[in-house]
Amino acid sequence: MSDVPRDRRYTESHEWIEMLADGTARIGITDHAQEAMGELVFVDLPEAGRTVKRGESLAVVESVKAASDIYAPMDGEIVETNGRLTASPELVNSAPFGDGWILRLRPARKGDADQLLDAAAYQRTLES
Amino acid sequence: MPFSPHTDEEIRSMLAAIGVAGIDDLFDEIPAKLRVRSLDAVPEQVSEMEISRIMHERAARDGQPLCFIGAGAYEHHIPAAIWEIATRGEYYSAYTPYQAEASQGTLQLIYEFQTMMCGLTGLDVSNASLYEGASALAEAVLMAVRAHRKSRSRRVLVAGAVNPRYVQVARTIASAQGITIETLPFDPERGTALMDALERNSGQDVTALVVQQPNYFGQLEDVDALADWAHANSALLIGVANPTSLALLRPPGDWGVQGADIACGEGQPLGVPLASGGPYFGFLTCREALMRQMPGRIVGRTVDLNNRPGFTLTLQAREQHIRRSKATSNICTNQGLMVTGATIYLSLLGPEGLARVAASSHARTNDLVAALTAIPGVRLRFDGPRFHEAVLTLDRPVRGLLEGLAARNILGGHELSAEYPDLGNALLVCATETKSSHDIGNYAAALRELMAGGRH
Repeated sequence: MSDVPRDRRYTESHEWIEMLADGTARIGITDHAQEAMGELVFVDLPEAGRTVKRGESLAVVESVKAASDIYAPMDGEIVETNGRLTASPELVNSAPFGDGWILRLRPARKGDADQLLDAAAYQRTLES
Repeated sequence: MPFSPHTDEEIRSMLAAIGVAGIDDLFDEIPAKLRVRSLDAVPEQVSEMEISRIMHERAARDGQPLCFIGAGAYEHHIPAAIWEIATRGEYYSAYTPYQAEASQGTLQLIYEFQTMMCGLTGLDVSNASLYEGASALAEAVLMAVRAHRKSRSRRVLVAGAVNPRYVQVARTIASAQGITIETLPFDPERGTALMDALERNSGQDVTALVVQQPNYFGQLEDVDALADWAHANSALLIGVANPTSLALLRPPGDWGVQGADIACGEGQPLGVPLASGGPYFGFLTCREALMRQMPGRIVGRTVDLNNRPGFTLTLQAREQHIRRSKATSNICTNQGLMVTGATIYLSLLGPEGLARVAASSHARTNDLVAALTAIPGVRLRFDGPRFHEAVLTLDRPVRGLLEGLAARNILGGHELSAEYPDLGNALLVCATETKSSHDIGNYAAALRELMAGGRH
C-alpha cells in the first residue's frame, strides 16, 4: 500500500500538489507513480519562467522501461525546478513526496488547488 | 524461419473472437472515398524468370559509364570482401531484430559502427543510423530545436552552400513543427559561407546554424569561425560532413572552441554502391549533453546478471513503441544492412586506408580540374581549398555538353543551373580514387572535342 500524505492535493494522473506559504504550488509525482515507473534514470525539467495551461506537459520522467509526462494541474508559471534531479533522478524514487519534488508553479488563480482531489479521494482512485 | 500466412479458418476464428464480420470492416475508420478499390494501374505479376530478364535488360541499358558525378553520392572502390561478408546469413537482414538482445552479433556490429562514427566525427554519442543524409539533417534540426529550450525562435540558419536537397528535405519535415530554415548567401568568389551574412544575424535568437564541410561545391569552409559565431550567439552548431573526408579533415567535434553540437551526413561513401537514390544511410552523432534528444535506436554495452559483457538497445523509453505520439522522433528503424556494409568497409580499410582513399580522391579531383580547365571556355569557378569536388564554369549551356559526353559513355558531372541559376553555366565535377589518369584524360579529350566542334 503506498503512502498518501494528507497535507496536499492530488490528480488522477498521479501528481501531488502542495500549496506553500508564499502562494506557490510544489509539484511532484506520488509514491504510487514512482513505484509503477520503476527506477528513474532521467527527469527532463523545463525552463523556469515558462507559463503553462492546465493539462499541458510540464516535464518528463524517464525510467528504464517508460517515459511519462507530468501534467500541469492548473494554469500558472513555472518559478523553480528541482535542480538536484539532474544529477540524482533517483530522489523521485527514494523520496517522492520530499526531496524528489519536481518543480514549483505560481498558480494563475488562487483557489485552483482546492478543485483537485484530496488525499482520501486520491486513495480511492488507487483502490478502484 | 518460414513465413506462414494465416489460413482462412484462422482468419475466421480471429474475426469471430473480436466480433467482426470481415477484414474490410477493420478499415471502416478510413473514409470510403480515400480507399482504393482496384489497382488497375499496377500491372499483373510476372514470374521470377520474366522479372529477372526485364531487370537484366534494363541494367544493361545503363551501361558502365565513366562517372564524374558527385553532388552527395560518391563512387568509391568497394573491396569484394565487404558485400561477401555482409550478405552472409548471420548478417543479411535489413532490420535490427525486434527482440534485439537475442541477436548479440547484430548489436555488437551496430555498437562498433557507433564507435567508429563517434571517432570520425569527434563526438560522444552516435545512433544506429537513419535513412540517408537529407533526413539525418532534418532529424538534427528537430533535435537542436528540442534541445535548445532557451531559444524560442525555432529559427535555423544554413551557412551558404549546404546540399540544397538536404535543406529541402529538412524544410519539408521541420516546417510542420513551426521551424523556419533560412539559407544565407555564399561568397561569390570562394563559394564558402559569407561571414557578413552571418554577422547580420548576430544578437538575434537563432536556434541552430547548419554548416557543411566540405560544402556542396566541394569547398572547405572556415568551420572554426562558423562554429564560434554560432556559440557566441547561443545557437547550436550542426555540422554536415562527408565521412570519407573526416579521415583527413578535423572532425566536427573539434570545430572552433567548443566543437559542433551535432554532426550528421550521408554514409553512402563508406562501402555502399551507387544506386538510383539508395538504399543509402544517414549518420547522426552528438555531444553527450544532447544524448536524450537523439532519435532512433542506440546500442549500449553492459553486463548481464552474471557480470558477463553484452549489448543492448538503450534509451528506448523515448521511442514510439513506448511513447506513441510523444516519441522523440518518428524514426523507428535504421538502415541495418547498409550499416553492416559500412562497418565492414571501415574495419577493412582502417584509419590509414580511409585516409588514402580521401587523399587520392582529393588528388584526382585536382588532376581533373587541371585537365578540364586547360580547355578553352572552361574555368574554375571558386578559389580556395577543396576536397574532392569542384565547380567549373563553361562558356555555353552545360546540358548539351553533358548529352554529348553521355553519348561517349561519360557522365560529366552535375549541372547546377536549376539549383543555382546565378552561377550561370556551372558544372559540379568529382573524381574519386576510382578514376585513373587515363579516365581523366579521356574525359578531357572528349570535352575538348565537343567544345571545339560546337558553336558558342
